[in-house]
Order: sequence, then C-alpha cells, then structure tokens
Amino acid sequence: MKDDKTTQNGTNRRKFLKMGLLSGATTVAGASLLANLTSEEELKASGDKIRVLTPDGKMVEVDAESINNYPEAHITSEESRKGIPGRKFVMVIDLAKCKNARNCVESCQKAHHLDYNEEFLKIQLIQDHEQADPYWFPKPCYHCDEPPCVTVCPTGATFKRDDGIVLVDNDRCIGCKFCITSCPYSARQFHWSHKSKFDNTDLPYSPETSVPGTEGTVMKCDFCPDMLRQGKLPHCASSCPMGVIYFGDKNEDMVTNGEETVRFSELINDRGGYRHLEHLGTKPNVYYLPPVNRQFPLERGFDVDEDIIERYKDVPYVQDMKEKGKI
Amino acid sequence: MNIALRKKELVKEFSPLLLKPSKWAKIWIGILVGLILWGLIAFVIQVVKGHEVTGMRDNVVWGIYIINFIFFVCLSYSGAFISGVLHFFKTPWKNSVSRIVEIITVVSLIIGPIFILLCIGRLDRLHYLFLYPRIQSPITWDIIAIITDLIGCFIYLYLTFIPDFAILRDNSEGLPKWRKKLYTFLAIGYRDTSTQRKRLHKITRIMSAMIIALAIVAYTVLAWIFSLTLQPGWNSTIFAPYFIVAGLYSGIGVIIIAMYLIRKYFKLEHYIRKVHFIGAGVILLIISLLFGYFTFSEYFSRWFSHKIHDANLLDTLFNRYFWEFVFANYIGVLVPIVILFFKKFRTIKSITFAAIVAVLGLWLNRYLIVVPTLETPYIPIQDTRPEFVHYSATWIEWALSFAGVAAFVLFFMLLMRLVPIIPMSGIIDYEREGKVRPSELTQQQQQQ
Repeated sequence: MKDDKTTQNGTNRRKFLKMGLLSGATTVAGASLLANLTSEEELKASGDKIRVLTPDGKMVEVDAESINNYPEAHITSEESRKGIPGRKFVMVIDLAKCKNARNCVESCQKAHHLDYNEEFLKIQLIQDHEQADPYWFPKPCYHCDEPPCVTVCPTGATFKRDDGIVLVDNDRCIGCKFCITSCPYSARQFHWSHKSKFDNTDLPYSPETSVPGTEGTVMKCDFCPDMLRQGKLPHCASSCPMGVIYFGDKNEDMVTNGEETVRFSELINDRGGYRHLEHLGTKPNVYYLPPVNRQFPLERGFDVDEDIIERYKDVPYVQDMKEKGKI
Repeated sequence: MNIALRKKELVKEFSPLLLKPSKWAKIWIGILVGLILWGLIAFVIQVVKGHEVTGMRDNVVWGIYIINFIFFVCLSYSGAFISGVLHFFKTPWKNSVSRIVEIITVVSLIIGPIFILLCIGRLDRLHYLFLYPRIQSPITWDIIAIITDLIGCFIYLYLTFIPDFAILRDNSEGLPKWRKKLYTFLAIGYRDTSTQRKRLHKITRIMSAMIIALAIVAYTVLAWIFSLTLQPGWNSTIFAPYFIVAGLYSGIGVIIIAMYLIRKYFKLEHYIRKVHFIGAGVILLIISLLFGYFTFSEYFSRWFSHKIHDANLLDTLFNRYFWEFVFANYIGVLVPIVILFFKKFRTIKSITFAAIVAVLGLWLNRYLIVVPTLETPYIPIQDTRPEFVHYSATWIEWALSFAGVAAFVLFFMLLMRLVPIIPMSGIIDYEREGKVRPSELTQQQQQQ
C-alpha cells in the first residue's frame, strides 16, 4: 500500500532516494568501498560504470555492481566513528498525527533484533499542564549536538559523528552506565543479561546496526545509519502509517516522511517546531511540531494490548479515564 | 626513664592483642569469613548470569552498589582528613585514636572501589579505561583521584607504622619466627635514633598535610560524578561540600563505633577513655549540625522554588520514600544532635548510639540521593515494562553489601593483629616529652 503511495507521490520519494543514493551511498563509495572492492575478488564486473562523488569531491567511475553491493558492505567500528560525509541528520516528529499505533516501535524492534519489551523508541503520554489535553509523544534518542552521554563516557565507547549521529560501540563499552544516568531523556538501555540472539553471528557486529547485542553494554536508538547509507529512511519513519516522523538532512534543508518531502526550515518555522527540554542546552537533533489540529482523538491510542495500556497507569489522565470506565 | 625498658613493657602489654585470638575472636572471624563467602557466591552468580540478577534496571541503573561505594570511599576520605588533621595539628589526645582512624582509612579505601566494580557490566574490559582513556569524563578523574589517594594513604599508614614495627622487631621474644622476619623487613632499618625520628616525623607531617588535600580533591570528584549530570536531584552546586561534610559525618560515626568495640572487646579502657568519646562526640555534634544544615539547604531550595522536575522528585521522596526520608534526614540528624548537645547525655554508650544512628541515617541519605532521582527522570517513566520502573535490591546485592562490611571488619581485625591498635611509639614519644604522670602508666601497671 505504501508503495502505491510512493508512486503517487513518486517525485518526492524518488527525489529523496535519488539524493540519498547520490550523496549518501556514493560519497562513502569512495575510500572505504573501493578498498572493499579490491579485496573481494569474487565480485564480477558487470561492465556498467556509474559515476559517483567521493568525499573529497572527486568524480570517480565505479562498477554498477558495487553500488548494489554496497548496502551489504560491513561498516567496521572504526569506519562508523566517522559518519556519512557532508550530512547532518535531523528528525521532525509531528505530534498532531501520532495515535500510538506503535508501528515505529515494532519495526525498530524488528530491525534491531530487540525483544518485545525492549524499546529504543518509547511513546510517552505527555500532558503539558492541567488545561492541556495529553498527547502521544514518540521519544527516540535525540542525537544531541552537546551530548552529555558522550562527555561522560570514560572509554569513548559512545561518540558523536560528523553527521550528527551519536552511536554506541558495543565492543568498546565497559558497561559503567554513566551515560545512562547522564542522559536527561532516558534514551539509553542496558543489556542486562546474555541472550541467545547475541550468538547469531550471521551479520558481523557494527555500531551502525547495533546488532548483535552484547551482554553488559549500553544500547540505544541509532538513527539507523545502515538504512541512511542506502538512501532509505530509518525504520521508525518508514513504518509509520500516519507519516508522523520526518527524517532528512539539515544541510539539504529537506526532510521527508516517505510521503511528502518538505523544507526543514519551513516546517519548523511555519508550524512552531521546538525541541523538547530546550533549556537543558543539549541541542537535540530531534524536533517536534506541536499537537495542534490533531488528526485523531487521544483515545485511539488506547487501541493497543492491555499490557501496553498498563504502562501508562501512572499518568493522571489515564487514572481519570479508568475511573470513568472509558478505557 | 629507660626507653628500651618501656618499649619492652609495652610490647609485653600489647602482645596478647597480636598473638592469641580469643574464642570469641575466632567465632567472629568464622562468621565474617562465612559472610564473605556468601558474597563471593553472589558475585559468581552475578558474573555468570549477568546484571539481571540484581535489582538494577534501565531506569535505576545504579543501586546499592554505588551507595556502598560512596559510603566506603567517603569513609576513607574522612578518615584521611581526620587523621591528617590529628597529626598536623598535633592534637593532644590523638594517640589512642589515630591508628583506628588510619586503619579505617585504608581498609575502606580498599573495600569501596570493589563496589564500583560490581556496577560495571563488563569487568573483562576494565583495562579499556587505560587503553582508551578520555580525560573529560568524571569517571576518569575519579579513577585518578582514587588511585592517587590509595597510594598516598598507604604511604601515610606505613609511615605511622614504622616505629612500631621497629619496636616489635627489637622485642620479639616469644613471637613466631616469620613475624620477626616480617617486622624486620617492614621496619626498613629504623633504629629510633634522634635523626631518624626527626626525619620520620617531618615526612609524616608533610604526608598528613598532603592527604588532607588529597581527601578534599577526591571527595569533590566523587560528588561531581553526580552533580555534573543534568538530573534534577543531582545537578546541585553544593554537592561537593555536602559530600565532604557527609563523609566526615559517617567517618566520625564509624570511628566512635570502632572505638567502642575495640575498647570493650580488647579491654583498653586505660587508653580509650571517656574523654576521647566526648571529644569525638563534640566533633560529631558540629558535623551533624553542618550536615543537617546542608541537607536542609539542599531540599529547602528545591522545595521553595519548586521547578517542575524538582517538585516531581520531592513528590517521590515525600510519598514513596516517606519513612526512609524521615529516618535519613530527620532522625539521622536530630537524634545525634539532641544526644550530643546536652552534657548529661554524653555517656560512652549514648555517644556510640548517636554514632550508630548517624551512620545508618547517612547510608540511607545516600540511598535517597541515588535511587529516587533515577526513578524520577526529566521525562516520566512510561511505556516501560512494570518490573523496570522501581528499584529494590535483590539478595545478591545485599549479600555482596554485607560481604563488604564483613571484609571491612575482617581486614580491620587482621591489621590489628599486625601492630597494636594503640601506637606504642606514640606513647613513648609522649612520655619522652615528660608529660606523663605516674597515674598514666600502662594498664597492667595500674592493675598491679
């Protein structure tokens, strides 16, 4: 169904993909990819050549085969510290459209091999003050420009990349949990025990995929750099049926939710975009559009499993609703 | 006065402490070893099964391990601080308590960091701290501070031990051979000549000043682990001095408790007298007033200005942790103040009771600094499985905590077997200065 939509709004989506391909995959296709290619002798040349732009601005011709091969290329811990050149990733979440459908949570869990109870992205039920109605509030990692978690890390296991993404290297993390306590947004989680899924080594570990996990280390939302390198949206953004989550590049001043592509600056300025807890000075890269002209009544968000509703039992509004027997 | 003879007398007097473990001491050592073994079992389980066996979860990621860590490390720093002050200012009655303080300092500085290791998810990667150090992390500062402090305290403790090692070496008739060898080795050729004595006094004095400074630095860095974060209950400008005062509070408390137990079980009433308890009690009174003042300032300013996140934290403290809050911050402060303020209440037993209340209250105060803050983050805890919301320590954590306390007591007892708990050299120095009165000779002589 989404594919149909994509063809309808083809230009937008294609534009994003095209741009992603051109400046995302292609830029990295420079040094690291070419080095990769030479080492992999099995690779057959197709004969078709494609021009790509290297990080230092040179046009080079590479085999078309290698471009397709790129997504599977393994990004090592070393490479993942650099980031995707020329990019500055940013997310905009439109609170007016969120109805706690939880597709973002589930697709994220699937992509990062998380358990049912582990969420990189949580949906909060927030009430700004007594007069205001509560609203659903998706909360990923904010990938701050002044990340307190990175400052306090004693080994450099968590780091800020040039493209704005904050990642965790599970091979470096000693599990001191200082980053978890220093994050004011509670964005980080911990691998409390060993799980059989960690033994699955089909895919070699990369901080860009956060898979497989490692016992005794920290995990969090990673903005899906593996998808970004392919010019695709993070799983949460692409799976949202309401198009709540816009994702894009601040340098290009463009964000998309997969259906429409808009100017980031216009979106923020026209619709009063803000960052949560701005006064903390962490400078998040996740922006919110206020929940005005809401598309769904709040109650639609309670159309979920009983145990999910239980997770909001401490919210005064939910207690109220329960008393009235509405939930 | 014949100094050599006096040394012999003193060794004779204190040798029962060094040699024969009484029946009760053996039972105690047995219990302590049992507790430590229980803790070791818990530790093995935690290593094998992972941190899942603790009560720590995604929101409250630090539990009673870090509370014990702060507690013991603060104890150590305050010991260093007090000991340094006693030495540096040549406090008149310091001799009977100075060794107790020094041993507390070193033993708790060994136990404390073990607890922070228990918080670490990947102990096998501990060397990464040195392989990939990042100097802007407060944890790195803390590691540097603790290691420096540990080395400084060891040197200091050793310096204060040297004259006693020499006395024991020279008067070791009746001691086993290995002990004689050990004392000879540890005394490093100290012959108590006046040049050596002067030099040792000078070095000890310099070290005592240095460990005061070290203790303040290390304390501060420890407090910064919390106060440099953005969390509502931690991000406080007064945390560093608050921790220093809190550390002194627990430090004096533990010293009084140790004084009481040692006096009682080793029958040292002649050396550890009421005047020591009253002196320590008055200091505890001053510190408890200061501690109460800091605690009040900390919570009062949060309550009065009631920023939303501060208000949420106080809401947690006053509801979910009501009794803990009352015990830690009312009873734990006011009871010692009342007992110690009135002269007629100042008996050895009541002062010790006040110290126990103070120490327990302070431990709970640390708990209230760590856990409720983590349970009340900026963004309320929602969309989380219910068992991840609140913290309660599991038996694994308690077993390891008690093992830590047991190890503290056991190390203390073992060190007491190595050198007399009352520094003999201090007594000699005191008598050498001619300040002694006949009534203040050894306990044995008095009894004769």
